[in-house]
Amino acid sequence: MKRVELIDVSKSYDKQVDVISNIDVTIEPGEFFVLVGPSGCGKSTMLRMIAGLEEITGGVLEIGGKRANHLSPDKRDLSMVFQNYALYPHLTVGQNITFGLDVKKVKKTVQMERAKEVAEMLGLTDYLKRKPRELSGGQRQRVALARAIVSEAPICLMDEPLSNLDAKLRAHMRTEIRRIQRKLGITMIYVTHDQVEAMTMGDRIMILHDGKIQQVGKPIDIYNYPANPFVASFIGAPPMNISPARMEPSKSGIFIEDTIHVSMNEAQSIASSARSLLAGIRPEHIKPVITGAEEGNKIQVDVTNVEILGNETVFSFQVGQREWMAKWSGQWDMAIGDKVPILLGSEYFCVFDEETGELIRKPEGLEHLSIAKEVSI
Amino acid sequence: MTTVRAPGVWKRSANLRVGFLYLLPSIILFSVFLFYPMIRTIYLSFFLTDQNGNAAVNVGFENYSYLLTSPAFLNSMKATGLFVLYTVPIGIILALFFALLANEKLKGIGFFRTMYSSTMGISVAASSVIWLFLFHPSVGLFNRILLAINLPQIQWLLDPEWALVSIAISTIWMNTGFSFLILLGGLQNIDEHLYESSRIDGAGYFYRLRRITIPMLSPTLFFIITISLINAFQTFGQIDILTKGGPSQSTNLIVYSIYREAFINYQFGTASAQAVILFIIILVVTVLQFKLLEKKVHYQ
Amino acid sequence: MRDSTLKKVWIYFLLIVTSVMVFFPVLYAFMISFMSGPEILQGKFFPESFKFDNYLKVFDRLPLVKYLLNSFIVSLTVMVGQLAVCSLAAYAFVFIPFKGRDFVFFIFISTMMIPWEATMIPNFFTIQKLDWLNTYQGMSLPFFALAFGTFLLRQHFKTIPKELQEASQIAGLSRFAFFWKVILPVSKTSLVTLGAYGFLTTWNMYLWPLLITTNSSVRTVQIGLKQLQSQEMSTDWGVVMAGVIVVIIPTLLLLFIGQKQLQKGLSQGALK
Ligand SMILES: Nc1ncnc2c1ncn2[C@@H]1O[C@H](COP(=O)(O)OP(=O)(O)OP(=O)(O)O)[C@@H](O)[C@H]1O
Ligand SMILES: [Mg+2]
Repeated sequence: MKRVELIDVSKSYDKQVDVISNIDVTIEPGEFFVLVGPSGCGKSTMLRMIAGLEEITGGVLEIGGKRANHLSPDKRDLSMVFQNYALYPHLTVGQNITFGLDVKKVKKTVQMERAKEVAEMLGLTDYLKRKPRELSGGQRQRVALARAIVSEAPICLMDEPLSNLDAKLRAHMRTEIRRIQRKLGITMIYVTHDQVEAMTMGDRIMILHDGKIQQVGKPIDIYNYPANPFVASFIGAPPMNISPARMEPSKSGIFIEDTIHVSMNEAQSIASSARSLLAGIRPEHIKPVITGAEEGNKIQVDVTNVEILGNETVFSFQVGQREWMAKWSGQWDMAIGDKVPILLGSEYFCVFDEETGELIRKPEGLEHLSIAKEVSI
Repeated sequence: MTTVRAPGVWKRSANLRVGFLYLLPSIILFSVFLFYPMIRTIYLSFFLTDQNGNAAVNVGFENYSYLLTSPAFLNSMKATGLFVLYTVPIGIILALFFALLANEKLKGIGFFRTMYSSTMGISVAASSVIWLFLFHPSVGLFNRILLAINLPQIQWLLDPEWALVSIAISTIWMNTGFSFLILLGGLQNIDEHLYESSRIDGAGYFYRLRRITIPMLSPTLFFIITISLINAFQTFGQIDILTKGGPSQSTNLIVYSIYREAFINYQFGTASAQAVILFIIILVVTVLQFKLLEKKVHYQ
Repeated sequence: MRDSTLKKVWIYFLLIVTSVMVFFPVLYAFMISFMSGPEILQGKFFPESFKFDNYLKVFDRLPLVKYLLNSFIVSLTVMVGQLAVCSLAAYAFVFIPFKGRDFVFFIFISTMMIPWEATMIPNFFTIQKLDWLNTYQGMSLPFFALAFGTFLLRQHFKTIPKELQEASQIAGLSRFAFFWKVILPVSKTSLVTLGAYGFLTTWNMYLWPLLITTNSSVRTVQIGLKQLQSQEMSTDWGVVMAGVIVVIIPTLLLLFIGQKQLQKGLSQGALK
């Protein structure tokens, strides 16, 4: 179980533009670390630099406390699972699993033993004699996993290993991978563009955008306290509603899109003057007004779209230039054009500085919701 | 930014060195048996040579001017041109016809495919000997047929009027196998869905042929036309066995002419000049081909 | 329904007529090879009986066994040589990125434009100077490097996911081991295609053996046929055809077995 440390790492392919820059992060031994971000943000590049498949053009990479910038991939003591699995098509499942051991000249009997053990763990025992093309996608995926596990490398890298599977199988494999990682205690660095995967699997997540770190932290912390508008809208579905806002002259609250007023008692501390701001609130924090007695900012909105998803209702409405969404649990009877009263609790609002993107006001009072949260993402 | 000591030039050029190592066998062989002799051929074409092919007297462009005024060589060029004209279009159309037939999904189609491609497995020498017999003035099949239907017999290989045509016929036969195989492969690469959707639109066979098959097949056709052209210019074996360039030089195609000039007359200088001309012709033909056809070829 | 039956009948008709026409010369040669001189003069199609007299004679008149063996040795050597040289080059072109690789590849491809006949005079003297006339190496070595073969294999190698290489790198496989243990086995089909193609073309080669064999030590069957035909000119066509049949049987068999493979593999090389 080894630590992986990146110190001011950067990468450029053409010596001009950095596709990855100033990456400073430490991945602890035995941690499940997820790298997430939109397509093209440099996740694969970063993972491949750790693997040694891509040259590091700036900064230092340390693996297990030793500098590893120029170490060849096989000397780094790690295993890797690829998106397309990269199984050797001419070898049987068994041979695929033992391939790496064979290269390292492990004794045949030991190879067999370890392969058997891993195959059992992943339910592959019946398929050992088959060729990869005779397997289903999920089975291939498991072979790739087995190949990584059998090497007993202390670090395992995975690049979108589940993206070729259907939704149900993906959910199953998520728990499976997590279970195995816990059991073996390996350090896992896991790349995905799927924020659900990131939230459900990671001990910690790192969000990458345009080659730069946006935020590193526990999934819940990132969800609750996104460091900037990008993270806020990237994590969570439907995404956080974000609109331009400005401080009220009286400093008793903020004006969103010049239409909605949200009073905030600590508004004085947020902004010194007429800085432009961004205010954000998660769809599930927009509450229905039922009794009429609720505290907070109540407004009437015109419904522009409704989706009833069985156990919850998502509807949108216009706020100034933007369309916002709200998510209520239960099935709500509403139609496009209806006027619906909603409650915007000021405590739920995130406020960002529009220029720097910095989170200048954290939402409050979220703790008591922590049980509901992870289900509703 | 933390500075990283860049690995040395030696390490950074590792790929270059290893790549070069893998290419080395090819590079050596190409150098010895292709680049060097090509340059040497060009060099020799400006010389008169001795018996061992060594340059003796520099004559500048005289070999070329001699050739371009020599009736024998011009005749050989003309024969080559005609031969290409006779063999390439008909050969390809025939092979395409066979390939279209053999592309139908019918019982026993594999047998027919094997029949059509069979000539690819028959060497030029063997084919030539078979055709020598078929063309035989008295016992040959063709003259027997002519006799049977009361037509005058033809001296297929001995009549200067007919000899080139006869060689062309046998050559077309020899080459259909390979062209067929390539074209069939091309046809089978065409996405079945294209036909299905056009069938839904109610398109007839010839409409589909014109609007789908030929355009989709065009890269393969382009390839096989180029190869056939080059092959036609390189014809040798059938000449050597069937006519030896005769009668009265009417089948003295350029490669045969080079061969005779070099290895029978020991005129390596003029032979080299002819070889250079052959090289230039093939170069021009392929480049023209690319320029003219590439525009029309539909790559997927 | 009736329409399509009619169409089928038409197609079968065309298939049968044309394929018989294409195959007829070979069939005819086969029949002749069993005929005696008088039978041939009568112009029959079927021999009176399938006697092997002509075959015995042809093996008697020519060292045909020796020639067949030579042809086999030369064809196999060229086949193996081409596979080795071309696959190494194709491997470098796909899996080893280096500066100027595209340029080198362009040079490789442009060698296809040089007709082999344009280089044969100096090549002949090279072989002569090396004292390689009438040797197997003289017959085969010049044909080991093949741009078409390199191109064909490169096309196939390019379809192999590069993750396979990366997975091997992480497993600690050396570059050559990756080539040997992964790339070659994975590319079996295109290697077979190229191998069959190389064997076939070498077996059928005519001009080069004609130039560099002056005695029967390494002479191939194709030159044997020429000898046979010029010896037997006016007389014994049955014997000549027996020789022809013996010579074409190996390649025809190879073609019949590998027809499907060749057709698929070669047309892949034809498409860029
Ligand atoms: N070999 C290369 N040469 C030049 N640029 C490259 C190369 N590989 C990747 N890039 C660029 O680097 C950036 C990051 O690519 P990377 O593959 O790491 O993205 P990613 O986050 O893995 O995206 P995805 O989720 O789509 O896999 C992209 O903008 C890409 O265009
Ligand atoms: Mg990626």
